[in-house]
Amino acid sequence: MRFIDPHIHMSARTTDDYERMAAAGIVALIEPAFWLGQPRTQVGSYIDYLSSLVGWERFRAAQFGIRHYCTIGLNSKEANNEALAEAVMEVLPRYLMKEGVVAVGEIGYDDQTPVEDKYYRAQLALAKEFDMLVQVHTPHRDKKSGTITSMLVAMEMGVAPHKVVIDHNNEETVKEVLDRGFWAAFTIYPNTKMGNERMVEIARKYGSNRIFIDSSADWGVSDPLAVPKTARLMLDRGIPQKDVEAICYGNALQAFGQSGQMKEEHWLNPEPVDQRRLFEGNSVLRGQAPRVGEVPAVDQRAGEVVFK
Amino acid sequence: MKPVELLEQWLKARLPGEAAAWLDKTAQALRQGSDRDFYIAVSLVSRKIGKSDLGLSQAELAQAAAARPGWDPRDWSLDQAARVLLLLAPGSDGPTFSHRLDQLCITADIGELVAFYSGLPLYPDPPLHKLRAAEGIRTNMKAVFQAIAHRNPYPAEQLEEDPWNQLVVKSLFIGLSLDPIVGLDKRSNPKLARILCDYAHERWSAGRPISPELWRCVGPHATGEMLADLGRVLEKGTDPERKAAALALASSPDPAATGLLWAYPELSVAVTENKLSWQAIANPA
Repeated sequence: MRFIDPHIHMSARTTDDYERMAAAGIVALIEPAFWLGQPRTQVGSYIDYLSSLVGWERFRAAQFGIRHYCTIGLNSKEANNEALAEAVMEVLPRYLMKEGVVAVGEIGYDDQTPVEDKYYRAQLALAKEFDMLVQVHTPHRDKKSGTITSMLVAMEMGVAPHKVVIDHNNEETVKEVLDRGFWAAFTIYPNTKMGNERMVEIARKYGSNRIFIDSSADWGVSDPLAVPKTARLMLDRGIPQKDVEAICYGNALQAFGQSGQMKEEHWLNPEPVDQRRLFEGNSVLRGQAPRVGEVPAVDQRAGEVVFK
Repeated sequence: MKPVELLEQWLKARLPGEAAAWLDKTAQALRQGSDRDFYIAVSLVSRKIGKSDLGLSQAELAQAAAARPGWDPRDWSLDQAARVLLLLAPGSDGPTFSHRLDQLCITADIGELVAFYSGLPLYPDPPLHKLRAAEGIRTNMKAVFQAIAHRNPYPAEQLEEDPWNQLVVKSLFIGLSLDPIVGLDKRSNPKLARILCDYAHERWSAGRPISPELWRCVGPHATGEMLADLGRVLEKGTDPERKAAALALASSPDPAATGLLWAYPELSVAVTENKLSWQAIANPA
Protein backbone atom coordinates (compact mmCIF):
# COMPACT_ATOMS: atom_id res chain seq x y z
CA MET A 1 0.00 0.00 0.00
CA ARG A 2 1.19 3.53 -0.79
CA PHE A 3 0.78 6.56 1.43
CA ILE A 4 0.83 10.32 1.22
CA ASP A 5 1.43 12.47 4.28
CA PRO A 6 -0.20 15.72 3.21
CA HIS A 7 0.99 17.74 6.19
CA ILE A 8 4.45 17.24 7.68
CA HIS A 9 7.25 19.71 8.51
CA MET A 10 10.29 17.82 7.25
CA SER A 11 12.68 20.73 7.80
CA ALA A 12 12.47 19.81 11.48
CA ARG A 13 13.02 16.08 10.93
CA THR A 14 16.06 13.87 10.47
CA THR A 15 17.20 11.55 7.70
CA ASP A 16 16.21 8.63 9.99
CA ASP A 17 12.64 9.84 9.62
CA TYR A 18 12.94 9.97 5.85
CA GLU A 19 14.29 6.40 5.81
CA ARG A 20 11.51 5.08 8.03
CA MET A 21 8.85 6.92 6.05
CA ALA A 22 10.09 5.55 2.74
CA ALA A 23 10.30 2.05 4.22
CA ALA A 24 6.72 2.35 5.49
CA GLY A 25 5.46 3.19 2.00
CA ILE A 26 5.16 6.98 2.05
CA VAL A 27 5.75 8.08 -1.55
CA ALA A 28 4.88 11.77 -1.35
CA LEU A 29 4.40 14.44 1.27
CA ILE A 30 3.35 18.05 1.56
CA GLU A 31 5.27 20.44 3.78
CA PRO A 32 3.21 23.48 4.72
CA ALA A 33 5.03 26.72 5.45
CA PHE A 34 4.79 27.23 9.20
CA TRP A 35 6.65 28.86 12.08
CA LEU A 36 9.78 27.43 13.68
CA GLY A 37 8.55 27.03 17.25
CA GLN A 38 9.68 30.55 17.96
CA PRO A 39 8.59 33.53 15.92
CA ARG A 40 10.79 34.89 13.14
CA THR A 41 11.73 38.53 13.54
CA GLN A 42 13.01 39.31 10.02
CA VAL A 43 11.61 38.87 6.55
CA GLY A 44 15.04 37.56 5.48
CA SER A 45 14.69 34.46 7.63
CA TYR A 46 11.26 33.93 6.05
CA ILE A 47 12.72 34.18 2.56
CA ASP A 48 15.42 31.63 3.32
CA TYR A 49 12.86 29.30 4.87
CA LEU A 50 10.48 29.49 1.91
CA SER A 51 13.40 28.97 -0.48
CA SER A 52 14.43 25.87 1.43
CA LEU A 53 10.89 24.47 1.00
CA VAL A 54 11.06 24.75 -2.79
CA GLY A 55 14.77 23.92 -2.96
CA TRP A 56 16.82 22.05 -0.41
CA GLU A 57 14.08 20.12 1.36
CA ARG A 58 12.59 19.01 -1.95
CA PHE A 59 16.01 17.75 -2.96
CA ARG A 60 16.61 16.08 0.40
CA ALA A 61 13.33 14.16 0.23
CA ALA A 62 14.13 12.97 -3.30
CA GLN A 63 17.32 11.33 -1.98
CA PHE A 64 15.08 8.92 -0.09
CA GLY A 65 12.72 8.34 -3.00
CA ILE A 66 9.99 10.55 -1.53
CA ARG A 67 8.33 13.31 -3.53
CA HIS A 68 8.17 16.61 -1.69
CA TYR A 69 5.54 19.28 -2.30
CA CYS A 70 4.82 22.33 -0.23
CA THR A 71 2.32 25.03 0.55
CA ILE A 72 3.42 28.65 0.83
CA GLY A 73 1.94 31.23 3.14
CA LEU A 74 2.15 33.44 6.18
CA ASN A 75 1.06 31.41 9.22
CA SER A 76 -1.39 32.83 11.69
CA LYS A 77 1.03 33.02 14.60
CA GLU A 78 3.50 35.23 12.79
CA ALA A 79 0.72 37.22 11.15
CA ASN A 80 0.37 38.91 14.52
CA ASN A 81 3.66 40.78 13.92
CA GLU A 82 2.26 43.30 11.48
CA ALA A 83 5.54 44.78 10.28
CA LEU A 84 6.88 41.30 9.50
CA ALA A 85 3.55 40.26 7.98
CA GLU A 86 3.56 43.18 5.53
CA ALA A 87 7.07 42.32 4.35
CA VAL A 88 6.19 38.63 3.97
CA MET A 89 3.06 39.43 1.95
CA GLU A 90 5.32 41.38 -0.39
CA VAL A 91 7.48 38.31 -1.20
CA LEU A 92 4.80 35.57 -1.22
CA PRO A 93 3.81 36.09 -4.88
CA ARG A 94 7.36 35.24 -5.89
CA TYR A 95 6.92 31.74 -4.41
CA LEU A 96 3.36 30.78 -5.25
CA MET A 97 4.09 29.66 -8.81
CA LYS A 98 7.21 27.62 -8.02
CA GLU A 99 7.32 23.99 -9.04
CA GLY A 100 5.69 21.75 -6.46
CA VAL A 101 3.75 24.48 -4.63
CA VAL A 102 0.30 22.92 -4.28
CA ALA A 103 -1.58 25.55 -2.23
CA VAL A 104 -1.48 28.72 -0.20
CA GLY A 105 -0.97 27.45 3.33
CA GLU A 106 -1.04 26.81 6.13
CA ILE A 107 -3.04 29.92 6.83
CA GLY A 108 -6.02 30.72 9.06
CA TYR A 109 -6.58 31.58 12.69
CA ASP A 110 -4.66 30.86 15.86
CA ASP A 111 -5.68 33.34 18.59
CA GLN A 112 -8.36 34.64 16.20
CA THR A 113 -7.15 38.24 16.43
CA PRO A 114 -8.16 41.03 14.04
CA VAL A 115 -4.65 41.02 12.51
CA GLU A 116 -4.85 37.27 11.85
CA ASP A 117 -8.16 37.91 10.14
CA LYS A 118 -6.61 40.65 7.99
CA TYR A 119 -3.83 38.42 6.66
CA TYR A 120 -6.03 35.36 6.29
CA ARG A 121 -8.26 37.40 4.01
CA ALA A 122 -5.32 38.94 2.16
CA GLN A 123 -3.96 35.46 1.42
CA LEU A 124 -7.35 34.15 0.32
CA ALA A 125 -7.31 37.05 -2.15
CA LEU A 126 -3.85 35.92 -3.33
CA ALA A 127 -5.17 32.39 -3.78
CA LYS A 128 -7.94 33.78 -5.97
CA GLU A 129 -5.54 35.94 -7.97
CA PHE A 130 -3.26 32.99 -8.70
CA ASP A 131 -6.07 30.42 -8.93
CA MET A 132 -4.69 28.29 -6.12
CA LEU A 133 -5.92 25.88 -3.48
CA VAL A 134 -5.89 26.84 0.19
CA GLN A 135 -4.77 24.78 3.18
CA VAL A 136 -6.33 26.05 6.40
CA HIS A 137 -4.86 25.61 9.88
CA THR A 138 -7.70 25.62 12.40
CA PRO A 139 -7.12 27.00 15.90
CA HIS A 140 -6.44 24.75 18.89
CA ARG A 141 -8.41 26.98 21.25
CA ASP A 142 -12.06 27.80 20.58
CA LYS A 143 -11.75 25.27 17.81
CA LYS A 144 -15.27 24.70 16.59
CA SER A 145 -16.16 28.35 16.26
CA GLY A 146 -12.75 29.14 14.70
CA THR A 147 -13.20 26.37 12.15
CA ILE A 148 -16.63 27.63 11.14
CA THR A 149 -15.34 31.21 10.85
CA SER A 150 -12.46 29.98 8.64
CA MET A 151 -14.95 28.44 6.22
CA LEU A 152 -17.34 31.38 6.22
CA VAL A 153 -14.54 33.82 5.49
CA ALA A 154 -13.18 31.64 2.67
CA MET A 155 -16.63 31.57 1.07
CA GLU A 156 -17.09 35.28 1.65
CA MET A 157 -13.79 35.90 -0.17
CA GLY A 158 -15.07 33.86 -3.10
CA VAL A 159 -12.91 30.75 -2.69
CA ALA A 160 -14.89 27.60 -3.54
CA PRO A 161 -15.12 24.94 -0.79
CA HIS A 162 -13.74 22.18 -3.03
CA LYS A 163 -10.52 24.22 -3.32
CA VAL A 164 -10.03 24.46 0.44
CA VAL A 165 -8.58 21.85 2.82
CA ILE A 166 -9.60 22.39 6.43
CA ASP A 167 -6.94 20.76 8.60
CA HIS A 168 -6.67 19.59 12.23
CA ASN A 169 -10.31 18.49 12.45
CA ASN A 170 -11.84 16.45 15.26
CA GLU A 171 -15.15 14.75 16.10
CA GLU A 172 -16.72 18.12 16.83
CA THR A 173 -15.83 19.85 13.57
CA VAL A 174 -15.92 17.16 10.91
CA LYS A 175 -19.63 17.31 10.15
CA GLU A 176 -19.62 21.09 9.78
CA VAL A 177 -16.76 20.83 7.30
CA LEU A 178 -18.15 17.98 5.19
CA ASP A 179 -21.65 19.45 5.10
CA ARG A 180 -20.27 22.66 3.59
CA GLY A 181 -18.34 20.82 0.86
CA PHE A 182 -14.79 21.41 2.14
CA TRP A 183 -12.05 18.78 2.40
CA ALA A 184 -11.59 17.54 5.97
CA ALA A 185 -8.07 16.62 7.08
CA PHE A 186 -7.23 15.06 10.44
CA THR A 187 -3.93 15.31 12.23
CA ILE A 188 -2.96 12.14 14.07
CA TYR A 189 -0.86 13.33 17.00
CA PRO A 190 0.36 11.11 19.79
CA ASN A 191 -1.41 12.17 23.01
CA THR A 192 -3.04 15.34 21.68
CA LYS A 193 -5.57 16.27 19.02
CA MET A 194 -6.63 13.12 17.22
CA GLY A 195 -5.33 9.75 18.32
CA ASN A 196 -5.45 6.98 15.75
CA GLU A 197 -8.06 5.01 17.72
CA ARG A 198 -10.41 7.95 17.41
CA MET A 199 -9.67 8.18 13.70
CA VAL A 200 -10.85 4.61 13.21
CA GLU A 201 -14.22 5.55 14.69
CA ILE A 202 -14.48 8.63 12.46
CA ALA A 203 -13.77 6.50 9.39
CA ARG A 204 -16.47 4.08 10.54
CA LYS A 205 -18.98 6.86 11.00
CA TYR A 206 -18.21 9.17 8.05
CA GLY A 207 -16.68 6.80 5.48
CA SER A 208 -13.93 8.03 3.19
CA ASN A 209 -15.50 10.80 1.16
CA ARG A 210 -13.37 14.02 1.26
CA ILE A 211 -11.58 12.82 4.44
CA PHE A 212 -7.86 12.27 4.77
CA ILE A 213 -5.21 12.15 7.49
CA ASP A 214 -1.77 13.59 8.12
CA SER A 215 0.90 13.58 10.84
CA SER A 216 1.68 17.31 11.09
CA ALA A 217 4.97 16.07 12.50
CA ASP A 218 7.30 18.95 13.32
CA TRP A 219 9.84 19.95 15.98
CA GLY A 220 7.48 18.89 18.76
CA VAL A 221 6.55 15.40 19.98
CA SER A 222 4.99 13.88 16.88
CA ASP A 223 5.13 10.79 14.71
CA PRO A 224 6.18 10.90 11.05
CA LEU A 225 4.71 7.41 10.64
CA ALA A 226 1.26 8.44 11.83
CA VAL A 227 -0.35 7.88 8.42
CA PRO A 228 0.85 4.31 7.78
CA LYS A 229 0.32 3.35 11.45
CA THR A 230 -3.26 4.58 11.35
CA ALA A 231 -3.81 2.76 8.07
CA ARG A 232 -2.65 -0.44 9.73
CA LEU A 233 -4.99 0.09 12.65
CA MET A 234 -7.94 0.83 10.37
CA LEU A 235 -7.35 -2.37 8.43
CA ASP A 236 -7.00 -4.36 11.66
CA ARG A 237 -10.31 -2.92 12.88
CA GLY A 238 -12.12 -3.94 9.74
CA ILE A 239 -12.33 -0.69 7.78
CA PRO A 240 -12.53 -1.74 4.10
CA GLN A 241 -9.21 -1.45 2.23
CA LYS A 242 -10.61 0.90 -0.40
CA ASP A 243 -11.63 3.36 2.33
CA VAL A 244 -8.23 3.10 4.00
CA GLU A 245 -6.53 3.78 0.67
CA ALA A 246 -8.75 6.79 0.06
CA ILE A 247 -8.12 8.23 3.54
CA CYS A 248 -4.38 7.62 3.53
CA TYR A 249 -3.50 8.27 -0.13
CA GLY A 250 -6.18 8.86 -2.75
CA ASN A 251 -8.14 11.73 -1.23
CA ALA A 252 -5.10 13.86 -0.45
CA LEU A 253 -3.93 13.30 -4.01
CA GLN A 254 -7.35 14.25 -5.36
CA ALA A 255 -7.56 17.38 -3.20
CA PHE A 256 -4.04 18.72 -3.79
CA GLY A 257 -3.86 17.27 -7.31
CA GLN A 258 -6.32 20.01 -8.31
CA SER A 259 -3.27 22.29 -8.32
CA GLY A 260 -1.83 20.45 -11.32
CA GLN A 261 1.44 20.32 -9.37
CA MET A 262 1.06 16.92 -7.75
CA LYS A 263 0.56 13.90 -9.97
CA GLU A 264 0.79 10.19 -9.33
CA GLU A 265 3.14 9.82 -12.32
CA HIS A 266 5.73 11.89 -10.43
CA TRP A 267 6.52 8.90 -8.25
CA LEU A 268 5.22 6.09 -10.47
CA ASN A 269 6.78 7.23 -13.73
CA PRO A 270 8.97 10.35 -13.45
CA GLU A 271 10.19 12.30 -16.51
CA PRO A 272 13.68 11.19 -17.62
CA VAL A 273 15.16 14.64 -16.97
CA ASP A 274 13.71 14.61 -13.48
CA GLN A 275 15.13 11.20 -12.76
CA ARG A 276 18.57 12.35 -13.82
CA ARG A 277 18.37 15.43 -11.66
CA LEU A 278 16.15 14.96 -8.67
CA PHE A 279 16.19 11.27 -8.01
CA GLU A 280 19.92 11.08 -8.58
CA GLY A 281 22.73 12.12 -6.33
CA ASN A 282 23.97 11.30 -2.88
CA SER A 283 25.21 14.45 -1.24
CA VAL A 284 22.98 13.90 1.77
CA LEU A 285 24.21 10.38 2.24
CA ARG A 286 27.83 11.41 2.83
CA GLY A 287 29.67 8.48 1.39
CA GLN A 288 27.12 5.73 1.86
CA ALA A 289 25.98 4.02 -1.28
CA PRO A 290 23.33 6.20 -2.94
CA ARG A 291 19.88 4.73 -2.76
CA VAL A 292 18.70 6.07 -6.02
CA GLY A 293 15.02 5.44 -6.45
CA GLU A 294 14.97 2.28 -4.41
CA VAL A 295 13.21 1.96 -1.11
CA PRO A 296 15.73 1.58 1.72
CA ALA A 297 16.04 -1.73 3.48
CA VAL A 298 13.31 -2.15 6.03
CA ASP A 299 14.27 -0.90 9.41
CA GLN A 300 13.09 -2.69 12.53
CA ARG A 301 11.51 0.46 13.92
CA ALA A 302 9.33 0.70 10.85
CA GLY A 303 8.65 -3.03 10.75
CA GLU A 304 5.24 -2.99 12.35
CA VAL A 305 3.83 -0.60 9.76
CA VAL A 306 5.42 -1.87 6.59
CA PHE A 307 2.94 -3.03 4.02
CA LYS A 308 4.20 -5.72 1.70
CA MET B 1 22.15 33.21 -35.08
CA LYS B 2 22.32 34.45 -31.49
CA PRO B 3 21.77 31.96 -28.64
CA VAL B 4 18.51 33.65 -27.64
CA GLU B 5 17.18 33.23 -31.18
CA LEU B 6 18.21 29.59 -31.22
CA LEU B 7 16.36 29.00 -27.94
CA GLU B 8 13.28 30.61 -29.45
CA GLN B 9 13.51 28.51 -32.57
CA TRP B 10 14.10 25.19 -30.75
CA LEU B 11 11.25 25.79 -28.32
CA LYS B 12 8.84 26.87 -31.02
CA ALA B 13 9.50 23.64 -32.89
CA ARG B 14 8.77 21.55 -29.81
CA LEU B 15 6.07 23.22 -27.73
CA PRO B 16 2.35 22.72 -28.25
CA GLY B 17 0.57 25.82 -29.61
CA GLU B 18 -0.73 27.14 -26.32
CA ALA B 19 2.60 26.91 -24.50
CA ALA B 20 4.48 28.40 -27.45
CA ALA B 21 2.03 31.31 -27.58
CA TRP B 22 2.39 31.95 -23.84
CA LEU B 23 6.17 31.96 -24.08
CA ASP B 24 6.19 34.25 -27.09
CA LYS B 25 3.76 36.72 -25.52
CA THR B 26 5.59 36.68 -22.19
CA ALA B 27 9.02 37.19 -23.75
CA GLN B 28 7.65 40.20 -25.67
CA ALA B 29 5.99 41.68 -22.59
CA LEU B 30 9.15 41.38 -20.48
CA ARG B 31 10.93 43.89 -22.71
CA GLN B 32 9.05 46.57 -20.74
CA GLY B 33 7.78 44.59 -17.75
CA SER B 34 8.32 45.31 -14.05
CA ASP B 35 10.59 43.24 -11.79
CA ARG B 36 7.49 41.58 -10.29
CA ASP B 37 6.24 40.51 -13.75
CA PHE B 38 9.69 39.19 -14.52
CA TYR B 39 10.01 37.07 -11.36
CA ILE B 40 6.51 35.63 -11.70
CA ALA B 41 6.96 34.86 -15.41
CA VAL B 42 10.17 32.96 -14.77
CA SER B 43 8.62 30.86 -12.00
CA LEU B 44 5.50 30.17 -14.10
CA VAL B 45 7.60 28.32 -16.67
CA SER B 46 7.39 24.87 -15.05
CA ARG B 47 3.59 25.15 -15.02
CA LYS B 48 3.26 26.41 -18.59
CA ILE B 49 6.03 24.55 -20.40
CA GLY B 50 6.57 21.25 -18.60
CA LYS B 51 9.90 19.59 -18.09
CA SER B 52 10.43 17.05 -20.81
CA ASP B 53 13.88 16.74 -22.35
CA LEU B 54 14.71 19.42 -24.94
CA GLY B 55 16.34 16.65 -26.99
CA LEU B 56 18.44 18.64 -29.48
CA SER B 57 19.63 16.98 -32.70
CA GLN B 58 23.31 16.87 -33.70
CA ALA B 59 22.64 19.70 -36.16
CA GLU B 60 21.07 21.83 -33.45
CA LEU B 61 23.97 21.16 -31.10
CA ALA B 62 26.30 22.31 -33.86
CA GLN B 63 24.23 25.50 -34.15
CA ALA B 64 24.66 26.04 -30.41
CA ALA B 65 28.43 25.64 -30.57
CA ALA B 66 28.61 27.99 -33.56
CA ALA B 67 26.50 30.65 -31.81
CA ARG B 68 28.50 30.48 -28.60
CA PRO B 69 31.73 28.46 -28.56
CA GLY B 70 31.64 25.76 -25.92
CA TRP B 71 27.87 25.96 -25.39
CA ASP B 72 26.54 22.39 -25.15
CA PRO B 73 22.85 22.21 -24.14
CA ARG B 74 22.45 18.49 -24.91
CA ASP B 75 21.11 17.70 -21.41
CA TRP B 76 18.71 20.64 -21.23
CA SER B 77 14.98 20.32 -20.61
CA LEU B 78 12.19 22.43 -22.10
CA ASP B 79 11.63 24.48 -18.93
CA GLN B 80 15.35 25.07 -18.59
CA ALA B 81 15.59 26.46 -22.13
CA ALA B 82 12.45 28.57 -21.65
CA ARG B 83 13.76 30.08 -18.41
CA VAL B 84 17.07 31.05 -19.94
CA LEU B 85 15.15 32.51 -22.88
CA LEU B 86 13.04 34.66 -20.52
CA LEU B 87 16.16 35.81 -18.66
CA LEU B 88 17.67 36.98 -21.94
CA ALA B 89 14.42 38.34 -23.39
CA PRO B 90 14.50 41.86 -21.85
CA GLY B 91 18.01 42.38 -23.33
CA SER B 92 19.25 43.94 -20.08
CA ASP B 93 22.76 45.31 -19.61
CA GLY B 94 25.20 43.42 -17.35
CA PRO B 95 24.53 45.15 -14.00
CA THR B 96 20.71 45.05 -14.36
CA PHE B 97 20.90 41.43 -15.44
CA SER B 98 23.15 40.53 -12.53
CA HIS B 99 20.88 42.24 -9.99
CA ARG B 100 17.81 40.41 -11.28
CA LEU B 101 19.69 37.12 -11.40
CA ASP B 102 20.66 37.52 -7.73
CA GLN B 103 17.03 38.20 -6.82
CA LEU B 104 15.89 35.17 -8.80
CA CYS B 105 18.47 32.92 -7.14
CA ILE B 106 17.41 34.06 -3.65
CA THR B 107 13.90 32.65 -4.15
CA ALA B 108 14.65 29.89 -6.67
CA ASP B 109 13.38 26.32 -6.69
CA ILE B 110 15.68 23.48 -7.79
CA GLY B 111 14.67 23.49 -11.44
CA GLU B 112 15.22 27.23 -11.59
CA LEU B 113 18.67 27.02 -10.03
CA VAL B 114 19.65 24.39 -12.58
CA ALA B 115 18.42 26.62 -15.40
CA PHE B 116 20.00 29.83 -14.09
CA TYR B 117 23.43 28.27 -13.65
CA SER B 118 23.41 26.36 -16.91
CA GLY B 119 22.69 29.67 -18.68
CA LEU B 120 25.84 31.34 -17.33
CA PRO B 121 27.75 31.26 -20.65
CA LEU B 122 24.97 33.22 -22.35
CA TYR B 123 24.65 36.18 -20.00
CA PRO B 124 25.85 39.71 -20.76
CA ASP B 125 29.10 40.96 -19.22
CA PRO B 126 30.46 37.49 -18.25
CA PRO B 127 32.97 38.52 -15.54
CA LEU B 128 30.11 40.06 -13.53
CA HIS B 129 28.74 36.62 -12.69
CA LYS B 130 31.86 35.07 -11.16
CA LEU B 131 30.65 35.32 -7.58
CA ARG B 132 27.29 33.88 -8.62
CA ALA B 133 29.10 30.91 -10.18
CA ALA B 134 31.28 30.42 -7.08
CA GLU B 135 28.13 30.54 -4.92
CA GLY B 136 26.54 27.86 -7.10
CA ILE B 137 29.60 25.66 -6.73
CA ARG B 138 29.08 25.76 -2.95
CA THR B 139 25.63 24.16 -3.30
CA ASN B 140 24.80 20.88 -1.64
CA MET B 141 22.35 19.94 -4.40
CA LYS B 142 24.10 17.75 -6.92
CA ALA B 143 21.87 18.71 -9.84
CA VAL B 144 22.63 22.39 -9.29
CA PHE B 145 26.35 21.78 -9.04
CA GLN B 146 26.26 19.72 -12.19
CA ALA B 147 24.56 22.54 -14.09
CA ILE B 148 27.73 24.61 -13.58
CA ALA B 149 30.32 21.84 -13.74
CA HIS B 150 29.18 19.82 -16.77
CA ARG B 151 29.05 20.98 -20.39
CA ASN B 152 29.29 24.59 -19.30
CA PRO B 153 32.16 26.70 -20.69
CA TYR B 154 31.72 29.49 -18.12
CA PRO B 155 33.90 28.15 -15.26
CA ALA B 156 36.98 27.48 -17.40
CA GLU B 157 36.67 30.90 -19.00
CA GLN B 158 36.02 32.97 -15.90
CA LEU B 159 36.98 31.30 -12.64
CA GLU B 160 40.26 32.06 -10.85
CA GLU B 161 42.47 29.11 -10.04
CA ASP B 162 41.17 28.42 -6.51
CA PRO B 163 37.45 28.25 -7.33
CA TRP B 164 38.32 26.27 -10.46
CA ASN B 165 40.24 23.72 -8.38
CA GLN B 166 37.34 23.62 -5.94
CA LEU B 167 35.02 22.72 -8.82
CA VAL B 168 37.18 19.82 -9.97
CA VAL B 169 37.81 18.39 -6.50
CA LYS B 170 34.17 18.72 -5.49
CA SER B 171 33.10 16.91 -8.67
CA LEU B 172 35.15 13.90 -7.57
CA PHE B 173 33.85 14.22 -4.03
CA ILE B 174 30.21 13.96 -5.05
CA GLY B 175 30.77 11.26 -7.63
CA LEU B 176 30.51 13.30 -10.83
CA SER B 177 32.53 12.42 -13.89
CA LEU B 178 35.30 14.88 -14.82
CA ASP B 179 35.17 14.32 -18.57
CA PRO B 180 32.14 16.61 -19.20
CA ILE B 181 33.92 19.54 -17.49
CA VAL B 182 34.74 22.00 -20.26
CA GLY B 183 38.41 23.06 -20.31
CA LEU B 184 39.51 20.38 -17.86
CA ASP B 185 42.91 19.76 -19.47
CA LYS B 186 43.58 23.37 -20.34
CA ARG B 187 43.00 24.51 -16.77
CA SER B 188 45.00 21.77 -15.03
CA ASN B 189 47.62 23.25 -12.69
CA PRO B 190 50.29 22.09 -10.20
CA LYS B 191 48.25 23.07 -7.14
CA LEU B 192 45.28 21.03 -8.32
CA ALA B 193 47.57 18.06 -9.02
CA ARG B 194 48.94 18.28 -5.47
CA ILE B 195 45.41 18.53 -3.94
CA LEU B 196 44.27 15.50 -5.95
CA CYS B 197 47.23 13.37 -4.87
CA ASP B 198 46.55 14.28 -1.23
CA TYR B 199 42.94 13.30 -1.79
CA ALA B 200 44.02 9.97 -3.30
CA HIS B 201 46.14 9.27 -0.20
CA GLU B 202 43.16 10.03 2.06
CA ARG B 203 41.01 7.60 0.12
CA TRP B 204 43.69 4.91 0.17
CA SER B 205 44.02 5.30 3.94
CA ALA B 206 40.27 4.95 4.34
CA GLY B 207 40.21 1.93 2.02
CA ARG B 208 37.78 3.69 -0.31
CA PRO B 209 37.77 3.64 -4.11
CA ILE B 210 39.13 6.49 -6.24
CA SER B 211 37.80 7.63 -9.58
CA PRO B 212 40.38 6.79 -12.25
CA GLU B 213 39.62 10.18 -13.80
CA LEU B 214 41.44 11.85 -10.91
CA TRP B 215 44.80 11.07 -12.54
CA ARG B 216 43.90 13.04 -15.67
CA CYS B 217 44.58 16.34 -13.86
CA VAL B 218 47.66 14.97 -12.12
CA GLY B 219 49.55 13.70 -15.20
CA PRO B 220 50.61 17.01 -16.81
CA HIS B 221 52.17 18.12 -13.50
CA ALA B 222 53.41 14.79 -12.21
CA THR B 223 56.97 14.76 -10.96
CA GLY B 224 58.68 13.28 -7.90
CA GLU B 225 56.23 11.86 -5.37
CA MET B 226 53.32 12.18 -7.74
CA LEU B 227 55.12 9.77 -10.05
CA ALA B 228 55.42 7.39 -7.14
CA ASP B 229 51.65 7.62 -6.66
CA LEU B 230 51.10 6.79 -10.33
CA GLY B 231 53.55 3.94 -10.01
CA ARG B 232 51.52 2.58 -7.11
CA VAL B 233 48.36 2.71 -9.24
CA LEU B 234 50.09 0.89 -12.10
CA GLU B 235 51.18 -1.79 -9.70
CA LYS B 236 48.08 -2.26 -7.56
CA GLY B 237 45.21 -0.54 -9.33
CA THR B 238 42.11 -1.93 -11.00
CA ASP B 239 42.11 -2.21 -14.77
CA PRO B 240 40.57 1.25 -15.44
CA GLU B 241 42.88 2.80 -12.83
CA ARG B 242 45.96 1.34 -14.48
CA LYS B 243 44.86 2.62 -17.89
CA ALA B 244 44.31 6.04 -16.32
CA ALA B 245 47.76 5.98 -14.72
CA ALA B 246 49.31 5.05 -18.06
CA LEU B 247 47.59 7.98 -19.79
CA ALA B 248 48.62 10.30 -16.95
CA LEU B 249 52.25 9.21 -17.16
CA ALA B 250 52.23 9.75 -20.92
CA SER B 251 51.18 13.37 -20.31
CA SER B 252 53.88 14.02 -17.68
CA PRO B 253 56.75 16.32 -18.66
CA ASP B 254 59.13 14.38 -16.39
CA PRO B 255 61.40 11.94 -18.33
CA ALA B 256 61.19 9.56 -15.36
CA ALA B 257 57.52 9.06 -16.22
CA THR B 258 58.42 7.40 -19.49
CA GLY B 259 60.71 5.00 -17.69
CA LEU B 260 57.97 4.07 -15.25
CA LEU B 261 55.51 3.37 -18.02
CA TRP B 262 57.99 1.23 -19.97
CA ALA B 263 58.01 -1.24 -17.15
CA TYR B 264 54.48 -2.15 -18.31
CA PRO B 265 54.88 -2.96 -22.02
CA GLU B 266 51.23 -3.76 -22.65
CA LEU B 267 49.99 -0.41 -21.32
CA SER B 268 52.92 1.37 -22.90
CA VAL B 269 52.01 0.00 -26.32
CA ALA B 270 48.32 0.80 -25.80
CA VAL B 271 49.26 4.42 -25.13
CA THR B 272 51.51 4.79 -28.16
CA GLU B 273 48.89 3.19 -30.39
CA ASN B 274 46.21 5.58 -29.07
CA LYS B 275 44.11 2.72 -27.75
CA LEU B 276 43.37 4.45 -24.46
CA SER B 277 41.32 7.58 -23.96
CA TRP B 278 39.96 9.59 -21.04
CA GLN B 279 36.51 9.42 -22.65
CA ALA B 280 36.58 5.63 -22.57
CA ILE B 281 37.73 5.69 -18.94
CA ALA B 282 34.95 8.12 -18.01
CA ASN B 283 32.30 6.04 -19.81
CA PRO B 284 33.04 2.36 -19.25
CA ALA B 285 30.93 0.20 -21.54
